[in-house]
Amino acid sequence: MISRHLQCSAQAAIPTRTHVLETSEQQASTHQRPISVIRKIRESLISRERTAVEITEGYLAKLQEREPHIRSFLHISAEKALLDAEEIDKLLSEGGGGELGLLAGVPLGVKDNLCTRDMPSTGGSQILKGYCPPYDATAVCKLREAGAVLVGKTNMDEFGMGSSTESSAYQVTSNPWDLSRVPGGSSGGSAAAVAAGQCAGALGSDTGGSIRQPASFCGIVGLKPSYGRVSRFGLMAYASSLDVVGCLGASVLDTAILLQVIAGHDKNDSTSSLEEVPDYAAQLLPVEGLSSKPLAGVKFGLIKETMDEEGVEEDVASAVKAAALHLQELGASVTEVSLPMFSLGLPAYYVLAPSEASSNLARYDGVRFGPRAHGEEVMSMFGNSRAEGFGPEVKRRILMGTYALSAGYYDAFYKRSQQVRTLIQRDFKAALQDVDVLLSPVAPSAAYKIGEKLDNPLSMYLGDLMTVNVNLAGLPSLVVPCGIAEGGTCGLPVGLQMIGPTFGEEALLRLGHIFEQTLPMNFNAPLLTS
Amino acid sequence: MQTVMMCQALESPNPHPCNLLTCALYCDLSSASHSLFLKESQSSSSVVADNGLEYEAVIGIETHVQLGTATKAFCSCPSQYGAEPNAHVCPVCMGLPGALPVLNDKVVEYGVKLALALHSEIALTSKFDRKQYFYPDLPKGYQISQYDVPIASKGFIDVDLPVEFGGGHRCFGITRVHMEEDAGKLVHAGGERLSGSSSSQVDLNRAGVPLLEVVSEPEMRTGLEAAEYAAELQRLVRYLGISNGNMQEGSMRCDVNVSVRPKGRPQFGTKVEIKNMNSFSAMQRAIDFEIDRQVTLENEGLGHQIKQETRLWEEGSQRTISMRSKEGLADYRYFPEPDLPEVTLTQDYVDATQAMLPELPNAKRRRYESLGLSMQDVLVLANDSDVAAFFDEVIGKGTDVKQAANWIMGDLSAWLKNEKLAITETKLTPAALAELIDLIKDGTISGKIGKEILPELLQNGVSAREAIEAKGLSQISDAAVIESMVDAIIAENPKQVAAYRGGKTKLQGFFVGQVMKVSGGRVNPALLNKILLSKLNC
Repeated sequence: MISRHLQCSAQAAIPTRTHVLETSEQQASTHQRPISVIRKIRESLISRERTAVEITEGYLAKLQEREPHIRSFLHISAEKALLDAEEIDKLLSEGGGGELGLLAGVPLGVKDNLCTRDMPSTGGSQILKGYCPPYDATAVCKLREAGAVLVGKTNMDEFGMGSSTESSAYQVTSNPWDLSRVPGGSSGGSAAAVAAGQCAGALGSDTGGSIRQPASFCGIVGLKPSYGRVSRFGLMAYASSLDVVGCLGASVLDTAILLQVIAGHDKNDSTSSLEEVPDYAAQLLPVEGLSSKPLAGVKFGLIKETMDEEGVEEDVASAVKAAALHLQELGASVTEVSLPMFSLGLPAYYVLAPSEASSNLARYDGVRFGPRAHGEEVMSMFGNSRAEGFGPEVKRRILMGTYALSAGYYDAFYKRSQQVRTLIQRDFKAALQDVDVLLSPVAPSAAYKIGEKLDNPLSMYLGDLMTVNVNLAGLPSLVVPCGIAEGGTCGLPVGLQMIGPTFGEEALLRLGHIFEQTLPMNFNAPLLTS
Repeated sequence: MQTVMMCQALESPNPHPCNLLTCALYCDLSSASHSLFLKESQSSSSVVADNGLEYEAVIGIETHVQLGTATKAFCSCPSQYGAEPNAHVCPVCMGLPGALPVLNDKVVEYGVKLALALHSEIALTSKFDRKQYFYPDLPKGYQISQYDVPIASKGFIDVDLPVEFGGGHRCFGITRVHMEEDAGKLVHAGGERLSGSSSSQVDLNRAGVPLLEVVSEPEMRTGLEAAEYAAELQRLVRYLGISNGNMQEGSMRCDVNVSVRPKGRPQFGTKVEIKNMNSFSAMQRAIDFEIDRQVTLENEGLGHQIKQETRLWEEGSQRTISMRSKEGLADYRYFPEPDLPEVTLTQDYVDATQAMLPELPNAKRRRYESLGLSMQDVLVLANDSDVAAFFDEVIGKGTDVKQAANWIMGDLSAWLKNEKLAITETKLTPAALAELIDLIKDGTISGKIGKEILPELLQNGVSAREAIEAKGLSQISDAAVIESMVDAIIAENPKQVAAYRGGKTKLQGFFVGQVMKVSGGRVNPALLNKILLSKLNC
């Protein structure tokens, strides 16, 4: 078992910035189990230790204080958040504590590609600058119904296309572990905000790894649910057959509670499943009550193809191997499993996702919403609006997708990629008959430097190698911090990806919870003070 | 949300293929005028050119039928014609970011109904695809349609040609039926069309309205056959109650492909698409014009000038004009719609739908024929499902079939036309008409009285017997009463009696007229003649 504790010193300076890092009180050399921030808020509300307004004020203060360094929010809704918190307090003072929603008074961030009727929703794109949707996404609606306090919209790669949040049309977000590094993407704003304590949890979306990779880069928990588990209604479509709304939190329990709230069938999304939503949090018990071998009988399979020496950095591989050892110590078996088609996933993904994107983004034409560019006639108005509104990565993917779907190329690209997708699904299905959960790294490396891969799209795409296959197969995947790689001033977090069968979130969360609660490591990002 | 969306839309260099310019230009051809236009045209199926080659036309038709569902195909907006611009829109049909389509079950039901009525093979599993092109009236930048797996394929339609043109039965193949959504509408300021307009506005009320596209096999050979195919399709959708088939509102739109070839040659010639036909009559004239145009070009050795293009029918000049070339076909980049699951049907559902279908026009015509009605009568009666239903109810009372047909096609239809009403809009019940016919048949009233009281039945909904009694109009068949009337007339007209008896037997009509006059036409004519003759000839 590894025990590489964080040893970050308060004196360590960040090379590119002038801020001083401060060691958090939780970041002592002794291990402290990750706590559920959401549950803690609930307990303090019910015990009247703090009011919802006080809690929201606390988060907003931290948010504002850290925002100049992290820049994870595209819109901050402080006023409305406080009003919503007041409502919760009113409910409590009226003795309505029994009706308290699962997320009552919990300050949350929402990725900017989820429509919100009271906040602008731009998807990180210039083409939706200032756009306020007339409706809430279903997932957002469910958060509100559960009493959540939405503090703002988080930064992202434009329309989810990117793995570093650098493709945002508005700002670059920094990784709270090292401000010179990317937070990952595309849900980089959500991940950074949770890691920096700017909100208690956040919604993200994952088309090819967009929740998992930033969760790994920022040292938090990220859950990509099964395709169809959460309604996509109100999620700005990138690749409809791959897009999933999911959650980011400080602990597995937090993501379980968030999923509990947002999961379920939606009559507005025909691809949302009718599968019953279990009580995800029910089995996430305090580890004190568990036996010394709580994972006895559980079979894990480490995906051989993701541990390839050439594809994955040594630090990452060793963190994942150490995590595997830890699982074994908890009584589980870990074997190596081969998915022969694994390497075909990335090229298939980079045909299918851009193909769907080229179609999904056709609606941004300047006619009904968003900025309209001038044109001498209607087609040049369309062209100019799109030329001015979309960034380079989005244009690149629209071009790739348009090409792949063109007459004469469809069979060679789109159709063939769909065939690959079927093979990958079969691979996963077969493997998950032998083991309960598949393990792999989340990305080949820990967080890299801002600007490092911006001019090399292919190397950026390669970073998605370990995550895209899960989307192609529609499976649920949980990312839990598992180790620290070298880099930055006090190391960079590395996540472990745990992949389960379709609608197997319940087991994934239970196993992830036990792993997280028993791993003797802390993953608190170095906190900032001005 | 804005209610009207402006866009500086001047002429586009590459207008999209949707029949934007033709929408709203159709006018409906009512069933009443249906038989009139057919007289203008000829129905020969080949044209002999001057070079001695005999040419035949090959015609295929793509018809868009707008479905009469309460809500749109993929959202819950009302699917209504004629509302304020952009009154019936929502995030889904406006194509707002994040909105997703959800299929309206009724669209599938209607699709299955039409597919069954066209005797086609129904795909128990079909899927939706995206047809992609940019146009301001297409909110999502793609149309949700069905591409390679339509809901139905390989059907046929039975058509009876009008008697005036020699009649005859035709059976045309149906290639496929598929479900799709309509686009919105552009309203142009400063010009009727996009070209030359100063600005354009987008009305999305129609965006997302469900359509069934019916594609025929290229099996029609004349404008008449094509027009009759379309008329039969209209009849079918109206019988099924899935669409009003109204061409004026654009609820039924036909795009026609026409080519010509020397008779006997298996290969097709270059096909030309014709749009913008307002009525069946216009369709027929447009096609016949186009056939002539193409044959003339072939005849002059200019066959190469027939280009694959879209031509518009111009009603004013009665000719087709070139709208745009179709060379370098548009690439719609079809791919499966990822937002919608496959459409799966069970055989049980299909069977249950089949069992619930009403009697369809062709079956109706065959049944009417077997009742002994003339083809002319059959075509008129079966043309409109309401008229046919009325007729069926009348004869269901055991009424004389020919009399029922005559009344409905004669006096009843004339009155309706005059009042501009449909048969369902009168107070006359089939039972009342049946009673009227029976009362004439059994001699209670004369046919003439019957005609006189019909408006009373139509307007006030009284029964024939009630009308007769209220007006004291029942026929006088009492010989004694008639005899006394005849006696009185003979006594009043001695000169005419003398003349009659002197050989001017034509004067019989005069005496009948006099008796009818005093009796208000109520005397039983047969009895009157008998009595009159016996009195005059004694």
